[in-house]
Amino acid sequence: MKILVAVKRVPDPNATIKVRPDGTGIVTDNLKYVVNPFCEIAIEEALRIKENHGGAEVVLVSVGEQVCQEQLRTGLAMGADRAILVLQDGDVEPVIVARALAKLVEQEQPDIVMLGKQAIDDDSNVVGQMLAEMLGWGQGTFASEVKLSEDKSSAVVTREVDGGLEDVEMPLPAIITADLRLNEPRYASLPGIMKARKKELKEIPLGDLGIDQSVQVKVHKLSPPPERQAGKKVETVQELVDLLHTEAKVI
Amino acid sequence: MDFELDDDLKNIDQEARRLAANFDDEYWRDHDSRHEFPWDYYNRFAENGWIGVLIPTHYGGAGLGVQAAGVLLRAVASSGGAMNAASALHLSIFGMGPVIHHGSEEMKEKYLPPTATGELHVSFGVTEDDAGTDTSGIRTSARRNGDDWIITGKKIWNTKAQQAQKILLLVRTTPKEECRRPLDGMSLFLADLDRDYCEIREIPKLGRNAVNSNEVFINDLPVSGSDLVGEVGRGFYQLLDGLNPERIVLAAEAVGIGRRAIECATAYAGKREVFGRPIGKNQAIAHPLADSHSELEAADLLWQKAAWEYDRGGKNIGGLANMAKIRAAEAGFRACDRAMQVFGGFGYATEYNIERYWREARLMRIAPVSQEMALNYVAEHVLGLPKSY
Ligand SMILES: Cc1cc2nc3c(=O)[nH]c(=O)nc-3n(C[C@H](O)[C@H](O)[C@H](O)COP(=O)(O)OP(=O)(O)OC[C@H]3O[C@@H](n4cnc5c(N)ncnc54)[C@H](O)[C@@H]3O)c2cc1C
Repeated sequence: MKILVAVKRVPDPNATIKVRPDGTGIVTDNLKYVVNPFCEIAIEEALRIKENHGGAEVVLVSVGEQVCQEQLRTGLAMGADRAILVLQDGDVEPVIVARALAKLVEQEQPDIVMLGKQAIDDDSNVVGQMLAEMLGWGQGTFASEVKLSEDKSSAVVTREVDGGLEDVEMPLPAIITADLRLNEPRYASLPGIMKARKKELKEIPLGDLGIDQSVQVKVHKLSPPPERQAGKKVETVQELVDLLHTEAKVI
Repeated sequence: MDFELDDDLKNIDQEARRLAANFDDEYWRDHDSRHEFPWDYYNRFAENGWIGVLIPTHYGGAGLGVQAAGVLLRAVASSGGAMNAASALHLSIFGMGPVIHHGSEEMKEKYLPPTATGELHVSFGVTEDDAGTDTSGIRTSARRNGDDWIITGKKIWNTKAQQAQKILLLVRTTPKEECRRPLDGMSLFLADLDRDYCEIREIPKLGRNAVNSNEVFINDLPVSGSDLVGEVGRGFYQLLDGLNPERIVLAAEAVGIGRRAIECATAYAGKREVFGRPIGKNQAIAHPLADSHSELEAADLLWQKAAWEYDRGGKNIGGLANMAKIRAAEAGFRACDRAMQVFGGFGYATEYNIERYWREARLMRIAPVSQEMALNYVAEHVLGLPKSY
């Protein structure tokens, strides 16, 4: 069994993000980067499937700049077996990521492709869905639980939908995207970090994949959220009620 | 020359920080105020193999050097856990240095694997109240009992003795008067801290209170001959393989605490408004922070140079380890003190954590070696001045 896991390098969710004055992007100086938290959950799930179903090869894939290898190393330190970095400078549009992944799926022939449900930087939430469409595979998105059948020919994915859960079954190979509650990712252990450096990390320039790289969406402008107005402290309940009536006009 | 950390060290730094981030300031404040050992924290690091950083791979460790240990301990110290976080781990890291370098094969097979997994806790027993910094004046002694030994005496400041099953004891095996040199005639034992023969009393102290330091009264403690580390009479020299790494990693920890304090103070200076503007706009606030930042950066380079020298088996280790300790202890404490000034009254309030960092960073100027004694070392051994004491 083979599981391909997509890994995106994103700014640390705890970092304060500043938009560049000209609105063309964010200020990246001194910004810390991490594995997209949903991708981390996807890696963890792949590792658990490997551990609980008699072994599997877990292959990580990232599309982006050379520095993305830092995030791939983190995944390898968690326990993945090898990694592929598809090299491309600058932002890569989701559809191009999906095409690159589709190409790698052709080469690698995995049984499952695991992804995060979305990346916390651009929140696009589309790569998994587009990839399933391109490959003509079944998809279980927003997974909060994944169960493989005994013979590993199909998977039941519990999806978190508005107001409840939905179980969907699909034959493998399939696409699964991870939601927050799927699992709690492990931390890389020190021995894991030491082993990771000996694992294969193959680099392929995006151009070598021979995929359509035409850009379809252009980001025009980023703007920061409006600054929050200062709050007000009130002394009494009566005062609060009055203000809610006269100022906030909500009652 | 390349000042970049290599990929392994970068990963170690990043992953140690990530794991430490599960334990926030409130966790440490709480454990510090209740004098409670941080077991959850310790166990998480133990489970993930961090305690074995210096232990050779053959004995279940990661087989890395002092630089990696420093990066790990700097990361945990800068997490807000400060000295409490560092001390909970570091005794098992540098404390076993003499065993790794001088212990018998049997001793290493027996004690290094459980140290690496974190099950075996070891305390460090060098200091005595009557001898103080003059280690040659220790009076705890071991006498032969067939193939075994019996130890009697008293040690002080033994950190983590409450948790430890073993204590690395430096004792006299030949009276000082009979030795050619004052530091000869001492031996090192990895003794059982057997409560039937040892009384352990916690010392109330200024800070780092989640990790205890103790007085240990030793009454005719039987010690197996196989627990002797290295050679009889060479104990002090063998101990240097614990003491120098200790100075280096404590320097790294001091940098970590200082950086944490400056980070908090910088954030505070940017948002605290007095006279209608952020206090950080005043150079009287900004300059000390900038100055401390540069001092910490310098100290950070110095401990790494010392670690690099140690790891490659270089000769200048004593000088560099002491210099690193001097610079980092000053820079770390000054950073905390300045951070406290930036926070004003809130810096004195427990809730803002700065006073805790300050109390813990202050320790670095006294232990593991006082600034004065470290300077004595540099004056004598690096500059070649006559010994002053
Ligand atoms: C919290 C804590 C934890 C510790 N943990 C451990 C531990 O786990 N194991 C352990 O063995 N020890 C431990 N120590 C002990 C520590 O290493 C000693 O306290 C330290 O080395 C100083 O020794 P002393 O306290 O005996 O000071 P003293 O030797 O009494 O010195 C007092 C002062 O006089 C100065 N002085 C003395 N002689 C000279 C001289 N010739 N020239 C200039 N100045 C001089 C010293 O620098 C110092 O400022 C710990 C101490 C503390 C506070």
